[in-house]
Amino acid sequence: MRQLLRKIRATGRVAEPPPERPDAEMPDKARELGGSVQIRHVDAGSCNGCEVEIASAFGPVYDAERYGARLVASPRHADALVVTGPVTRNMRMALRRTYEAVPEPRLVVALGDCARNCGVFAEAYGVEGAVSDVVPVDVEVPGCPPAPEAIVAALRGLTGR
Amino acid sequence: MTAAGIVGATAQVLLVGAGSPLLVGLMRQVRARMEGRAGPGVWQPWRDLRKLLRKEAIAPDGTGPVFRLAPLVLAGTALVAAAVVPIVTTASPLDGSADLFAVTALLALGTVALALAGLDTATAFGGMGASREVVVLALVEPTILMSVFALSARVGSTDLGAIVTSTLHRPELVVSPVSLLAAVALAVVVIAETGRLPVDNPSTHLELTMIHEAMVLEYAGPDLALVEWASAMRLTVLLGLFANLFAPWGIAGASLVMLPVAVVVFALKVALLGGTLAAGEVFMAKLRMFRVPELLAGSFVMAVLAVAASYFLV
Repeated sequence: MRQLLRKIRATGRVAEPPPERPDAEMPDKARELGGSVQIRHVDAGSCNGCEVEIASAFGPVYDAERYGARLVASPRHADALVVTGPVTRNMRMALRRTYEAVPEPRLVVALGDCARNCGVFAEAYGVEGAVSDVVPVDVEVPGCPPAPEAIVAALRGLTGR
Repeated sequence: MTAAGIVGATAQVLLVGAGSPLLVGLMRQVRARMEGRAGPGVWQPWRDLRKLLRKEAIAPDGTGPVFRLAPLVLAGTALVAAAVVPIVTTASPLDGSADLFAVTALLALGTVALALAGLDTATAFGGMGASREVVVLALVEPTILMSVFALSARVGSTDLGAIVTSTLHRPELVVSPVSLLAAVALAVVVIAETGRLPVDNPSTHLELTMIHEAMVLEYAGPDLALVEWASAMRLTVLLGLFANLFAPWGIAGASLVMLPVAVVVFALKVALLGGTLAAGEVFMAKLRMFRVPELLAGSFVMAVLAVAASYFLV
């Protein structure tokens, strides 16, 4: 325990200073949320590349939580769904039901090239389509995978902080 | 029933109602800073509550009145407990009608209502969370009763206000073996009852390890806001009770002048306890579910020893 305490004191704050607020226009639905966006992450068939980047966006260095975004365990608690990967046949129904379980006002973020237009998996036999073919998408984050900075910027566009 | 008592009891409810989300925000902030993060600020729980109140309320298919009533019962019992427990005044007009047993029963009533709601959703996680919560509850309630009972034995009353007043008059009692044993036992059960580490992890996303969170997975919008607000109030009330049983200095008696001082002192005491709890959590991992009864049984033994000591070492 003393070792850990020494490490905490020696390391200090690892969170990088917040960059300028991105001036992307805010969806009207996000305005009602007032600086607090709970996020449910849905992996609709991702290769796990985007998941690694989401994990680091919420890690200590980028610290997306300081802008009021938080990952939650249930779609009922969520305001926004973050969907990664092309929607596979097996996940189509699950994604649809998860979307319906989120209370209004609800937003969908399509994260990564696969979620936007199927990316390298386009026209593969198990792929149903992009996220926008299954649920309405409000925000898109390009990249394969998108950098944590881009994810944090997109989330700041929702929280407005 | 005095004017100061009525004003004090009102102040208690307002203070706990408005301050408890700030306590949760403070605890998250302390954790964030110790983990090297910047943290969302102490006002974030209030922003979350404001947003949840504006959202759509959803009752899942097949759930009945138990599911809909549970958040109201939970918040109601927490508010009554906040009015009854000596937080800023020992002269609450409700003090005579609600003693140690009533407060414990009130808190248990809220927990049982939420456990029933977890069962009512008929999801696997709801039932699992409810059964775990009841396991913890069954071990926690006797320990709360026993440890406060040890303190009440020397006063000859189970009235919480009387216990706090007697400690004010005889401060040397705080360092007696009875108090120390009871303090350790009560600290463990406060942590277990409020679902903090190492018993339950309030920020987990893993459904398999959840206790409290698993029961509320199906709540949305205003119902979820009530549940989260009530959990924050229960945390504040239990920490406040703990602080005032073992360090009651600053609490107001039957004088109006002392009330503002008591409010400030209480806020400082609870912030200090909450900050310590959050800082301690950084060094801890969650206990395996099967080890939790051992921890709670240990605290129960402490409480029994405290009761025995209160009769032998007066």
